Amino acid sequence: MLDGPLSDGATHALEPRDLDRLIAALRGRGYRVIGPRLGEDAVVYDDIAGTADLPAGWGDEQEGGFYRLRRRDDGALFGYTLAPQSWKRVLHPPRQRIFALSTGAEEVEMAPADPPDAPMALIGVRACELAAIDIQAEVFAEIDPGYVRRRESSLVVAVECAESAATCFCASRGDGPAVTGGFDIRLVEVVRDGRHLFLARVGSVVGADILAGLTCPEADPADLAFAADRLGRVAASQTRALDDSAGRKLGDFALHARWDEVAGRCLACGNCTMVCPTCFCTSVEDTTDLAGTRVERWRHWDSCFTLDFSYLHGGAVRPGAASRYRQWITHKLATWHDQFGRSGCVGCGRCITWCPVGIDITEEVRAIVPDENER
Amino acid sequence: MTAAAADPMVPVPFRIHKIRRELPDTVTMEIAPCSPAPFTFAAGQFNMLTAFGVGEIPISISGDPGDGTKVVHTTRAVGAVSRALDRLTVGQVVGVRGPFGTPWPVEDAFGHDLMLVAGGVGLAPLRPALYHALAERRRFSRVIVLYGARTPKDMLFRREIERWRGRFDLDVDVTVDRADPSWQGNVGVVTKLISRARFDPYATMAFVCGPEIMMRHVATALAGHGIAEDRIHLSMERNMKCGCGLCGHCQWGPHFVCKDGPVFRYDRIRPLLSIREI
Amino acid sequence: MVAQHDLGPVIDDHPFFRGIDGKLRALLVGCAANERFDAGAFLTREGEPANKFYLIRAGQVAVEIDAPGRRPIIIETLGEGDVTGWSWIVEPYRSTFDVRATSLVRVISFDGKCLRGKMDTDPALGYEVMQRFVRMMAHRLAGARLQLLDLYGPHPGAGRREREA
Repeated sequence: MLDGPLSDGATHALEPRDLDRLIAALRGRGYRVIGPRLGEDAVVYDDIAGTADLPAGWGDEQEGGFYRLRRRDDGALFGYTLAPQSWKRVLHPPRQRIFALSTGAEEVEMAPADPPDAPMALIGVRACELAAIDIQAEVFAEIDPGYVRRRESSLVVAVECAESAATCFCASRGDGPAVTGGFDIRLVEVVRDGRHLFLARVGSVVGADILAGLTCPEADPADLAFAADRLGRVAASQTRALDDSAGRKLGDFALHARWDEVAGRCLACGNCTMVCPTCFCTSVEDTTDLAGTRVERWRHWDSCFTLDFSYLHGGAVRPGAASRYRQWITHKLATWHDQFGRSGCVGCGRCITWCPVGIDITEEVRAIVPDENER
Repeated sequence: MTAAAADPMVPVPFRIHKIRRELPDTVTMEIAPCSPAPFTFAAGQFNMLTAFGVGEIPISISGDPGDGTKVVHTTRAVGAVSRALDRLTVGQVVGVRGPFGTPWPVEDAFGHDLMLVAGGVGLAPLRPALYHALAERRRFSRVIVLYGARTPKDMLFRREIERWRGRFDLDVDVTVDRADPSWQGNVGVVTKLISRARFDPYATMAFVCGPEIMMRHVATALAGHGIAEDRIHLSMERNMKCGCGLCGHCQWGPHFVCKDGPVFRYDRIRPLLSIREI
Repeated sequence: MVAQHDLGPVIDDHPFFRGIDGKLRALLVGCAANERFDAGAFLTREGEPANKFYLIRAGQVAVEIDAPGRRPIIIETLGEGDVTGWSWIVEPYRSTFDVRATSLVRVISFDGKCLRGKMDTDPALGYEVMQRFVRMMAHRLAGARLQLLDLYGPHPGAGRREREA
């Protein structure tokens, strides 16, 4: 929605049942509400009907190549850190039909474009994910009207992180953990002293309108102070870091020996590109019915780790895993700046967690780009 | 909310009005929109052409940018889509998206010598630049066309090249890689033609199109003859699926070849040309 | 026929020896002669003693190799400003290819034995001539390598403008 900034308003305190009312209000306004829920031994983002669908009391443990759900000792609804799937899945769907048409011998009739889907309300968007959404919005501006429409019609209920995973490094990227903008409503979950609250701020007129309908009391300053203090600890607890200026220099090291070393570990599976919330590459595929008269073109996610990705009549431009890994990380951290004015990495750490062999983007940059402070 | 913009990924139907076989595997087709609509392009740009039901490929425009009545493409049958395009007949319909990409900076060469260096079917993307230059011939000093082909039989647009050779205001030189003694012309690499051409290296703009290896050597030779690197332009090629920087496939260092190119200034890309698998 | 002592300025004008030191050029003149070949005449023949090399002043020659049962293959054509023949400097001084005039050709020819003798006794001349020949041979070799690649051929990876997956 993002219909303009609001002047600083008060922070309100919602109880879990108020959150249920919030979700109901969103559904009542015609939003398709999507939020976290358990699925396939992970937290996934999917349709939710109410707080009962949220992963109450579940957290997670993450490391390079490692993800496990774990029980929390509180009933926090947003106690997990990051799910494998990012919001890319709903804003930039893995498969989209570009067109359908019927062909005769000398005629082609385009089928009308699909009607737009219902607007979405995204529940539980973290700071790094908001940054990632902004990045994709920049990539797709003017060239992907579908993305622009989905993003502009979506309502964002952001949730600030209460802890970091071991793979998180958003603080070093400046993309988290504080949620500072880009939301309609921002929630901070506080579970303490037998109370379970969501400290809510509005970020848009629509958000304000919805929140006003809930008529919740203003938050206790002590809870606000607790949340602010905790946010500082969330940032400080991150042990991984990726310096933006170091990443930007990767293009100068195209011939570094490390590329061959990392290629010895990299399976070129493309998991990092699938879970990355900013990776945007796609391919297209034409399909026909058996008679050949009904033709459709589909656009689907693609990965720069596939051999076909760089195919130029006769062969791949990047046949080796070394050059494909180099392409991915150099694009993400260096050439993204040239293309879109910032890095493509928000420090979510998903590429580390979901790499089957635990290749760590922060470690690879340190291995390739000399640390200026040490010279 | 902003109004929905037109989706650049959806093709527009164009009908084939004329087909001319250039070489056993190469055809030139003239097409025009099925529902009349203006189509303008600049020399060096390309379209995404769809053979419906088979797929879509980028094909440079090989016709005259001054002729708004038709769009001309020259395709070589090497893959599934280009083979399907090769089989189409007059009256059939192709899908068109475009034009995309950066043009040859023809007008930046006003007042100077203009040199076009082509290899193989790389002559097709350069032909619009020559049409443009000929339409404004008096604005240039010399206009030079250097062309390298595989054998005399593989020369693209041969009859047209012979017509160009007959003009007093064009310097045309051709070489082939292999020939038998029935060929009266040059045999050897296209870079040799540069040494023989007459041009003012301090006031020459060069456009180069051909296989990447050929372009690298030609650019080196042109720079060796004193043409500044920022006055040499190459038309690059990578896997292009969208034409507008959306799909990511054609990335080459910081560039999307489809929208930052295909025509690049040599001084801006020279470091990339020497990096393998970039 | 231009007298031998008049060949100096002609040698100076030819790109191959352009800029050469006057003293060394004077040594070259002593081994040089003016010659012409009608179209179809052979300047050198494969396997024959390579007694000379030629600075081409006008016309075109074809460096050819003959193949039984088919027409000779032209490997390269050379014209004004080019030099042809380096077998005179490489033992056993026999020509590797046929060189045939494809038009009326005017050249300055150099007697290889004469020049080798002068280069042996005057290393400055030897170095100068060798340097120019090596530069020319490097260009020819680079060109031959590119021709070998069959860059414009239809096989995968060689074509152009058919950016198809």
